[in-house]
Amino acid sequence: MLTASGCGGTGRELAQFFDVTRLGAFVTRSITMAPRAGRPTPRMAETPSGLLNAVGLQGPGVEAFLTQELPWLAERGARTVVSIGGGTVAEYTALARRLADAPGVTAVEVNLSCPNIEDRGRVFARDGSSAAEVVASVRAATRYDVPVIAKLASDVADIVAVARSCVDGGADALAMINTPVGMSVDVDSMRPALAAGTGGLSGPAIRPIAVRCVWQVHAALPGVPIIGMGGVTSGRDALEFVLAGACAVAVGSALFHDPYACPRIQRELEELLTERGFDRLADAVGLAHHPPGSGPRGRTDLEESSL
Amino acid sequence: MAASPVQVTGTVLTTRRVDAYHALTVVAPGVADRTRPGHFVGVAVGGPSTSMLTRRAFAIHDVKPDYGGTVELVFTVRGPGTAWLADLRARDTLDLVGPLGRPFPLPRDPCTCVLVGGEYGSASLFALADALQQRGCRIDFVLGAPSADRVFGALRARRMGETTTLTTEDGSIGMRGKVTDVLPGVIADTRADVVYACGPMAMLQGVTAVAVEFDIPVQVAVEEAMACGIGVCMTCVLPVIGDDGVTRMVRACTDGPVFRGERVRFEDVGTIPFDALGAPGGRHV
Ligand SMILES: Cc1cc2nc3c(=O)[nH]c(=O)nc-3n(C[C@H](O)[C@H](O)[C@H](O)COP(=O)(O)OP(=O)(O)OC[C@H]3O[C@@H](n4cnc5c(N)ncnc54)[C@H](O)[C@@H]3O)c2cc1C
Ligand SMILES: Cc1cc2nc3c(=O)[nH]c(=O)nc-3n(C[C@H](O)[C@H](O)[C@H](O)COP(=O)(O)O)c2cc1C
Ligand code: FES
Repeated sequence: MLTASGCGGTGRELAQFFDVTRLGAFVTRSITMAPRAGRPTPRMAETPSGLLNAVGLQGPGVEAFLTQELPWLAERGARTVVSIGGGTVAEYTALARRLADAPGVTAVEVNLSCPNIEDRGRVFARDGSSAAEVVASVRAATRYDVPVIAKLASDVADIVAVARSCVDGGADALAMINTPVGMSVDVDSMRPALAAGTGGLSGPAIRPIAVRCVWQVHAALPGVPIIGMGGVTSGRDALEFVLAGACAVAVGSALFHDPYACPRIQRELEELLTERGFDRLADAVGLAHHPPGSGPRGRTDLEESSL
Repeated sequence: MAASPVQVTGTVLTTRRVDAYHALTVVAPGVADRTRPGHFVGVAVGGPSTSMLTRRAFAIHDVKPDYGGTVELVFTVRGPGTAWLADLRARDTLDLVGPLGRPFPLPRDPCTCVLVGGEYGSASLFALADALQQRGCRIDFVLGAPSADRVFGALRARRMGETTTLTTEDGSIGMRGKVTDVLPGVIADTRADVVYACGPMAMLQGVTAVAVEFDIPVQVAVEEAMACGIGVCMTCVLPVIGDDGVTRMVRACTDGPVFRGERVRFEDVGTIPFDALGAPGGRHV
């Protein structure tokens, strides 16, 4: 069980409610090279079973992150996945280098849903080759024992192709999905509800899209570990992702509703697995892909798919 | 700093109408005992299978020790979430997280305080008035709203305050006009040392300007659209000048909602000022 990037603050806020060291990992918001003030307000609009946001990667920049945020997590022994965001391949690489000798980085997650300044603002995640380029250079700049996770968006023609490019580029795991782009217009003010116009949609409204993405990628690349996310609010939702092929699940917007969501969902998921006779989560990963009667897959096969 | 918040599934004790507002008393031990004046709660609306994902923020109006601790919220129906709240009845349950935010700072020594409330903003001022009076402060109230039925707590203000001045835009009670029209007079008459204010942003801006004119400190409790209330989503930000003179986009929910009025860049709310830390093309410290 992980937190989704950008939904858990610095870790300190959630620590008021539960022990962040008990998380599978705490995923930071996407860290950028320079401090970023983000987008103007309103940044948020509630939609049916979801939420549009346009925060714009507000954050203190990597230097302040390394002196003020990461040490706090590291001191407590929280497993920390540092999400990074940039506008150019060089910026991602520089971020990865800056993190390489920082203690307490469990993994690096590459947020590919950032506009590529060198490609007229087209987001990296939409283009397999630029996504692969980012992943490869981050992989090269990161310590060999720190996994690199590529975070994908659902707003692409062929998510399997982008996923494959990222794995070819050296991604050790994939996280999906980032928020699809949405919009809402306030009919009273007759203006877009968000100052930025469009925003990323999250919450249960996007879960079917997210499950579909996990399903397709797991089917095509069964050996690649997938972190599934998008609208997980309960143990049942988490199990849905696991059965579709995710070996870990992240919780985002649900934290806004229930600050205890992570430990609760973890507990619910464990109960559901026990009820269904699974000894380990790994035994349920991708199970929905197999026709009924074929039974759980053999151990050897499993070890491979949950690397 | 803020007391650490808890989540409580409370039982609604009473519901009542107060002029244009609804008031809801909820048994919420753990929230009630830690609440200080200025704190707020995040309320889950719509029931367990709701499609409304974000919590609604409400100032804590009153805290009582009954049943292990109750909190009272005062609200006006604005959209679907508050409409759902208005339909709650005694014995229904309500999921709240609190107390949230930074409360009003209190002066060390007795002094004269003017408390300015706009519409339901006055809800959070009575607990503050109580705390100030316990410290031997003199309290004067200025309450305003568009019309008489939207002035909240006039009776209580009259009981507690040395003086109470009411304003309405339609003149249906008190002076016709806005709180800022009468505030300079009240500050001058009472020789006020401090102003506290809670209400709509435009009012807070006006009140701050008056206090700055008199060169006295002003504490304002702001209202920004919030999704989480606990500091993790970064949607509730506004430009505030820090001790180092640098403007940052800070969270109303955890860095506020109470700020020193003169530090809030009211004119720039809803924008990213070009000189804010991390603004596009702006300064990088
Ligand atoms: C610190 C604080 C204290 C508040 N205290 C009170 C109070 O004592 N009494 C009262 O009547 N109202 C109060 N409000 C405003 C109250 O939170 C909104 O009226 C309420 O969220 C509207 O919800 P809705 O579903 O009816 O409206 P909708 O407009 O449908 O709400 C949709 C979304 O926008 C958010 N939102 C919309 N307007 C506001 C707003 N003004 N402030 C914060 N979030 C908003 C909601 O949280 C929700 O996520 C307070 C707000 C803040 C930030
Ligand atoms: C307010 C907010 C901020 C987010 N910030 C980031 C971010 O900085 N980097 C990132 O990779 N994803 C970010 N996301 C996307 C989430 O990590 C996640 O992919 C998405 O919200 C779907 O999960 P959910 O439905 O559980 O929220 C953000 C989402 C929200 C709602
Ligand atoms: S409301 Fe989420 S950070 Fe303030």
